[in-house]
Amino acid sequence: MYGKGILKGLSVTFMRFWNTYWQDAIWAWRRLTTGKKHYGSAEGIAHRSSKNARGIFTVQYPEEKLPVPEEFRYIPFLVFDEGAEGAKEIRCTSCGICAKVCPPQCIWIVRGTDPATGRPRPQPGDFFIDADICMNCGFCSEYCPFDAIKMDHDYEIASYTRNLYDMEKLLKPASYYEGIRPANAAREDEARRAKEAAKAAKAEAAAA
Amino acid sequence: MTAPASSLTIDLAARFPGAVSADVRPGYGGFIVPAEKLIEVATAIRDEFGYDLLSAVTGVDYIADNKMEVVYHAFKTTGGPAFVFKVQVPRENPVLPSVVNIWRGAEFQEREAWDLLGIKFEGHPDLRRILMWEGFEGHPLRKDWKEPFFEEEVKPFKSRWPDGKHTFAEVKNPFRDNLQFPADFDPEKVTFTDPEEALYKSLKKYHSETRDGIETDHILVNMGPQHPSTHGVFRAVVMLDGETVVSLKPVMGYLHRNHDKIGERNTFLQNMPYTDRLDYFCSMTNNFGYALAVEKLMNIQVPERADYIRVIMSELTRIQNHLIFLGMFLNDLGAMYTPALYAFEERELILDIFEEVAGARMMCNYFRFGGVARDMGEDALRKARELVFDRLPGKVDEMDRLLTENEVLVSRVKGIGYLSAEDAIRTSMTGPMLRASGVPYDIRRADPYSIYDRFDFNVACRPEGDLLARYMVRIDEMRESLKILGQALKQIPAGPIFPGKPQYQVKVPAGESYGRVESPKGELAYYVVSNGKPNPYRYHVRPSSFVNLTSLEQMCIGEKIADFVAILGGIDIVLGELDR
Ligand code: SF4
Ligand code: SF4
Repeated sequence: MYGKGILKGLSVTFMRFWNTYWQDAIWAWRRLTTGKKHYGSAEGIAHRSSKNARGIFTVQYPEEKLPVPEEFRYIPFLVFDEGAEGAKEIRCTSCGICAKVCPPQCIWIVRGTDPATGRPRPQPGDFFIDADICMNCGFCSEYCPFDAIKMDHDYEIASYTRNLYDMEKLLKPASYYEGIRPANAAREDEARRAKEAAKAAKAEAAAA
Repeated sequence: MTAPASSLTIDLAARFPGAVSADVRPGYGGFIVPAEKLIEVATAIRDEFGYDLLSAVTGVDYIADNKMEVVYHAFKTTGGPAFVFKVQVPRENPVLPSVVNIWRGAEFQEREAWDLLGIKFEGHPDLRRILMWEGFEGHPLRKDWKEPFFEEEVKPFKSRWPDGKHTFAEVKNPFRDNLQFPADFDPEKVTFTDPEEALYKSLKKYHSETRDGIETDHILVNMGPQHPSTHGVFRAVVMLDGETVVSLKPVMGYLHRNHDKIGERNTFLQNMPYTDRLDYFCSMTNNFGYALAVEKLMNIQVPERADYIRVIMSELTRIQNHLIFLGMFLNDLGAMYTPALYAFEERELILDIFEEVAGARMMCNYFRFGGVARDMGEDALRKARELVFDRLPGKVDEMDRLLTENEVLVSRVKGIGYLSAEDAIRTSMTGPMLRASGVPYDIRRADPYSIYDRFDFNVACRPEGDLLARYMVRIDEMRESLKILGQALKQIPAGPIFPGKPQYQVKVPAGESYGRVESPKGELAYYVVSNGKPNPYRYHVRPSSFVNLTSLEQMCIGEKIADFVAILGGIDIVLGELDR
């Protein structure tokens, strides 16, 4: 019968149409009984990006935001540990690996010198990332041997000027890092502690 | 992984004694053919030995030896490894015969080699620049050519560390010193020729005739570069007789950034995120091909689990690509937005998995030489299982139900843009384009890479060779991909995902290699030459979208201009890969 295919296709669009309102009804009931909302709530967003999503699919950015997974990467930042009296213990040793591995070569590092002696010291004197050139590849953080540079989750960086990030802009505390990437931070801490323990054991063995 | 392919079963040197010799440089393979014998030898390779599909033609500038080398990779559509042969020509005057009359698929690639390397192909029907614009001076892939903002031959640049005082590129290195002029260039006396003239001349001639007492003429229409049907900045110059296409030439390169040259400045590893940006829908398969090419050179083994993850990622990529294809193709046909948005819903769910595993939705940068960047966690695997077993099969069926039998659609696409199997092979079509013309050629089967030989799936193939077949092949392929995914997700073993410790400077032994994968759009291959240094000496991408356009003119001739939009949509091009 001519037109059967069209009707078949229209049944799909009709089901979609129906689902949209049916979902609204389900969620209205859910809200009454459990207080969970379809829009503007974590459960609602999770539902809309799960295998059970039906009907309305979109997330109303910026009122709603998709949660980003832990591995999500955007622009890198430098991690510092908070020392006594708010001292910033920068983890970076200015070894230069990240500057070498960076594919578009947007990391610029000035190796630090000790102001007293003028000798190089394991601290960056200056650190720039040209965020407009950064391709968000994540290599810098992947290959940094000191867990000193990590990929940020903050993707709202639109600005009226060029985004040349200097040390001040790049430095963020370790607690922030642990907040956005808990599993990674825990794994790295573990590895670092194991390494230190091994070192201490070795030193002890050498002393004995 | 096998050692660089020297496992050739036929001996070309014995067939052409005295003329052809085996390539004996360490790490290289194949045969070296003298330029004057090329046509004879190539004909024999096609007709006697049966290598009917010429996959890639490219050049390498061996500046130290003062030689240009043209490298050909031919395959049999019945399957098997590559047959590699090369022609060496002097660097000052690189001329060799064109193989377009033997394999028409060489047409665009020879033009590209002329454009970027300055190699002349005698007998080529239309040897114009293809990616750079007409009037561009120089051949950018030559080793002595330098781009504006040139800093150093290779990365990492010394100015970044240890004394990396930031400067913006344009401040430090303005155009001034980097412009190149012809030797006798005098800006006062120069007369410009119309750069479009050669293009328009390459079309079938205008001619007026009188029909039914009315003076008629052909008209020339420029579709693009800004045109909604072209999926980006792509242009086709079409000669029309009334509404019927008489002749057509694609014009490309608007998005050209010389990916190959960037790749030769990069280190091996640095190229990985750049490959993401080729076909930006399918960064996983792009990564895959490049990883294979370099792994072949390095001769390393990929751990089981990493191989499974690679397959899972590639097949998810294929599904989301084909979904987008269906949506956009139907969009081109006038089924505005509804199918495209339905397709995007499922794609988002797949991209969620990519994001969770690789850290990015589109620019995944997930593969490393020898494995993958990070493990696929339990949560990601659960999501993938849910999608593959519970959701996607139904959604593919729904897509199918939506329009496949729609009478309007069927009458619009059936019998349009016909391409016979012979022509499809001759013009080096690959992927769904080739399979929709009835040639069951799928690299996953014909020349299996990674662990594809372990899975049970069918090669989707339709014999009709028209637009409807191309549409159907994609739907079939999604179902086959789901089959592979189902098996892979059940079998995936535990274990390491990377052999040894990740290194940011990999050692790649000297030699050449050709890594190819069945990307959703066709054969995507990387030709990589290493000379043992940290950067590839030659890095070439054989893009499927680009080569698949070879048959565009042939498919469009005799059809209506409105069908051009549909036929172009049916090829499934993506400009990031096409223009590189
Ligand atoms: S961030 Fe890491 S890799 Fe980069 S210089 Fe500092 S310590 Fe080295
Ligand atoms: S993310 Fe990639 S591009 Fe960006 S700074 Fe790090 S290495 Fe460079």
